[in-house]
Amino acid sequence: MSILVIAEHDNSSLKPATLNSVTAAQAIGGDIDILVVGSDCQGAAEQAANVAGISKVLVADNAAHAHQLAENVAPLIAEVGAAYSHVLATATTTAKNILPRAAALMDVQAISEISAVVSPDTFKRPIYAGNVIATVQSSDAIKVLTVRGTAFDAAAAEGGSATIEAVASAQDAGKSAFKAEEVAKSDRPELTAAKIVVSGGRGMGNGDNFSMIYSVADKLGAGVGASRAAVDAGFVPNDMQVGQTGKIVAPDLYVAVGISGAIQHLAGMKDSKVIVAINKDEEAPIFSVADYGLVADLFTALPELDGAL
Amino acid sequence: MKILVAVKRVVDYNVKVRPKSDGSDVDLANVKMSINPFCEIAVEEAVRLAEKGLATEVVAVSVGPKQAQEQLRTALALGADRAVLVETDESLEPLAIAKCLKAVCDAESPDIILMGKQAIDGDNNQTGQMLSALLDCSQATFASELTLDGGKAVVIREVDGGLQTLELSLPAIVTSDLRLNEPRYASLPNIMKAKRKSLDVKTPDDLGVSIAPRVTLLGVELPAERQAGIKVDDVAMLVDKLKNEAKVIS
Repeated sequence: MSILVIAEHDNSSLKPATLNSVTAAQAIGGDIDILVVGSDCQGAAEQAANVAGISKVLVADNAAHAHQLAENVAPLIAEVGAAYSHVLATATTTAKNILPRAAALMDVQAISEISAVVSPDTFKRPIYAGNVIATVQSSDAIKVLTVRGTAFDAAAAEGGSATIEAVASAQDAGKSAFKAEEVAKSDRPELTAAKIVVSGGRGMGNGDNFSMIYSVADKLGAGVGASRAAVDAGFVPNDMQVGQTGKIVAPDLYVAVGISGAIQHLAGMKDSKVIVAINKDEEAPIFSVADYGLVADLFTALPELDGAL
Repeated sequence: MKILVAVKRVVDYNVKVRPKSDGSDVDLANVKMSINPFCEIAVEEAVRLAEKGLATEVVAVSVGPKQAQEQLRTALALGADRAVLVETDESLEPLAIAKCLKAVCDAESPDIILMGKQAIDGDNNQTGQMLSALLDCSQATFASELTLDGGKAVVIREVDGGLQTLELSLPAIVTSDLRLNEPRYASLPNIMKAKRKSLDVKTPDDLGVSIAPRVTLLGVELPAERQAGIKVDDVAMLVDKLKNEAKVIS
């Protein structure tokens, strides 16, 4: 078995999400290489070479890959991936955008968001918002997989000494162009990597009231999330959404404040180790998954919690 | 400008599915079926482009069983002009669906193809990207805003870090995220009118497409159930439990 892991990175550094795919690759078993596709991405490549257990880091460094546009990156993955038995990437929005396109170019039926490796061709994955877990077996010669980050621990980021090789990188396909990005700046831990997450829902009432969530989160060193309802209402930006089609999180502690607990939200957080729910409606479905439920008005409970920490 | 919009028939989003007793698949007997919510958003976006005079025709396409005609009629009631069903009773994977849609696109030559970013049954999030590969055209997934500007499509995408804006050459595939728009409700007159709109039926064989599965479903199971815990009396008790019982804060 030879496995290619596609690096998640921002050119200057490797993102921790990559390490979850390395663990999934180890569960499949075999030689593991990492492919870094970017522009001026030597920093990310060097960090990839330090990851424990990696044989080779392949680097496609080209200005056309600065923003990892799917039309440019997918043909490269299809070409490089042809020499491997498995191509893996952690299911970030970048990988979800690119990997199915590469799979179609390889005439492979990709398998999305695997949560367990049963054997090199058989995997478990959640379907129907995680209400059911399917076991699926691929008959394609090359398996193209995205990996649910919360289902695999991060591999050790240090301890390896892989060789770094350049690969010929395709030119700009000229089909799409990057225009702009609005990246949320925050000193808080990244949502999918945080040990503690505090999330607010529609019950927060407005965006200003989220300051109470931020204050509690900062005392706990927590990341901050939100339900779809809170994002749709414009309280907070989209990158904070936790749920079936938003971010999937599984921290040690998840605190849901003013969130009723629709199945689509539960799909994004129910694998958290400990769940706390604060809601004034004691019938709210969130209490059915909470280890500790507090039936209370969040506008009294949050300041009290803030004071007690 | 012609728009093609793909729709999928799926279990209604309010239904909590369960495995069949033999664990071979999910039990869909007598379960309410609907248009996939993301596809409904894609239809709404297509119809809005037509209402702004930017699109001349909106063609709704589905790949699925005969009953998917219901979802195509929903798309027609929301404002699509005509519909095409690629009918098959086989279970379909994203690559097979993308191949069927590619054949329809070859015949229809749309300028923009709107789709949902994922279907809420398989949660695959693949078909749009695969179709874009097969058509060798541009793609913008997870769209929260679409504007047309001088023969290009400008799309704002919801990505993990925030928002990203791309400019696409046409033809382009755009897959909808939740906040692209809020779909309208079909009015009764429009539902009646939709019954008379054209709905062509083809088969994968007619299109010369192989839909043979690559992935075998070996079985389904329920995830580990979470037990409801305890109710705490107040914030002090909550903090005490988190510190001393769960030991998740210090």
